[in-house]
Amino acid sequence: MVPSGKPRSYYGLPIVKRPAWTWEVPWYLFTGGTAGGLAAVSILARWTGDAKLGRRARRLALAGAVISPVLLISDLGRPERFLNMLRVFRPTSPMSLGSWTLAGFGSSLGAAEMADIVGLPNVVVGTLEGTAGILGPILANYTAVLLGDTANPIWRGGRTILPFVFSGSSMAAAGASLCVAGPTDEGVAARRMVVLGTIIEQASFLLMEQRLGPLAEPYHDGAAGRLVKLHRASSLAGATLISTLGGRSRKAAILGGALTLAGSAALRQCVYRAGFQSAADPRYLVDSQRGAATDPGDGNGSVT
Amino acid sequence: MTAAPTARRPAVSLPMWQGGGTRMGFFTDSSICIGCKACEVACKEWNGVPDIDTGFTGNSYDNTSSVGANSWRHVAFVERQRPDTGDGVQWLMNSDVCKHCTRAACLDVCPTGAIFRSEFGTVVVQDDICNGCGYCVVACPFGVLERREAPDGRAFKCTLCYDRLQVGDEPACAKACPTQSIQFGPLEELRERAEKRLEEVKQEPRYAGARLYGDSKDDGVGGFGAFFLLLDDPEVYGLPPKPVYRRTDLALLWGAASVAASVLTLGVLGSLSWRRR
Repeated sequence: MVPSGKPRSYYGLPIVKRPAWTWEVPWYLFTGGTAGGLAAVSILARWTGDAKLGRRARRLALAGAVISPVLLISDLGRPERFLNMLRVFRPTSPMSLGSWTLAGFGSSLGAAEMADIVGLPNVVVGTLEGTAGILGPILANYTAVLLGDTANPIWRGGRTILPFVFSGSSMAAAGASLCVAGPTDEGVAARRMVVLGTIIEQASFLLMEQRLGPLAEPYHDGAAGRLVKLHRASSLAGATLISTLGGRSRKAAILGGALTLAGSAALRQCVYRAGFQSAADPRYLVDSQRGAATDPGDGNGSVT
Repeated sequence: MTAAPTARRPAVSLPMWQGGGTRMGFFTDSSICIGCKACEVACKEWNGVPDIDTGFTGNSYDNTSSVGANSWRHVAFVERQRPDTGDGVQWLMNSDVCKHCTRAACLDVCPTGAIFRSEFGTVVVQDDICNGCGYCVVACPFGVLERREAPDGRAFKCTLCYDRLQVGDEPACAKACPTQSIQFGPLEELRERAEKRLEEVKQEPRYAGARLYGDSKDDGVGGFGAFFLLLDDPEVYGLPPKPVYRRTDLALLWGAASVAASVLTLGVLGSLSWRRR
């Protein structure tokens, strides 16, 4: 029997459902985000006169654009119905807009690659790359809108800042994959992306935690808490290594790049995992809606 | 819905729904629920909702635990000390169900159009379209939607007995309810009835905390199509105290994402062009 007054929940059972998604989703957040950042590098490098870097970025982005839909389709309850995503265009659904973005992104990147291979004029390749370059940063960020437009307390609570966390992380991961893939003497721009991206990612994550207040608890506890630590350690170590030794040593560039990529992947994993922990305890939802940062179990301040 | 409001409560405007019919709904009066679970059983029978094996939860007489893909009605069974006297037992019972929100998050976020607003103003999932993306599951402010893992992970929820409504019958749960705790009818009528009932219930001093939940178009989801009379705070029954879904929030989110996308693009451009100097 529950003593009267407290706790103010139904036997401590969750109110909102935990995400029904499977392991593919946080990996998609990572592959899609990184590919999105790389597509921006691709067209901008072309514009700033570095065709070689641009081509390398485009090929890496294409790899991400191929893996991403596979991960998403595999997550569906009925994968054979994946085309239903493109059955309608629904501005009210971030997932609908995201599906169209991913479809457009992948096809323009693929077409750019084909156009380049068969030797079509640069303007054609550039236009296709440019399309992917515009869609890329949207691809890197719409997932934050998707998570924010839910009833999950921790995703909802941080929803205006999460896009910046993802943006920074995508920039860092795009730079890092170029550090790993390309020769060291060409990687100044890539190294800058790693450092700048990591700064944006870390700073906005801290800001998001601060804004969340007591709702941020899952970022300090359990599996999500461990992933946050892994993310921070890995991202900061990667950016430090890249910025200090990355320009001189190929090995340092590869190791630093790998650490940054791991940190970026861990970021998506911790955000995803935190959603499960936030849904599991009804206190987060009730407190956020009551506007109360009360201690758990203190039901005396109840108002309606 | 054509404007046929009562003096006190104007008609609810439905953004997605232009049907000329009357909006139908449930009024679940928890003050006369006896916790018999006939609604759960009738719903399962009529709709072919699969069995669930929750085991013995120890949560009073409730082994269903929550509304979900395989339990479209759920009778909450709160067993606690009487709050007014501090001794003795109080039982609060309430049959929970999909709220058929005026502003339905599940319907808005569904990327396939599998979820639609029916001619009765109810919110229904088409199971031949749903591809099991799971977005509605995290979007629902009430934790109603859920994927049915066997056989294929599609989402299921209360249809407000769409098939029965189409032939002029009432939903199975309302039909089975022996105390008329679950009342089905035109929403406007139900709201008036609920107002009167609330006044009656509040006459009893120990039910001074009674309130209607989800009856107002001014609440965070624009009012429920299935609303409740509760005897205590919603969270006591496992319901969110102030559920919110607003389509206008999306503009804010996309605004933030656009700025963030620009930061990404400008950061990349800066990293590249700086090098040229």
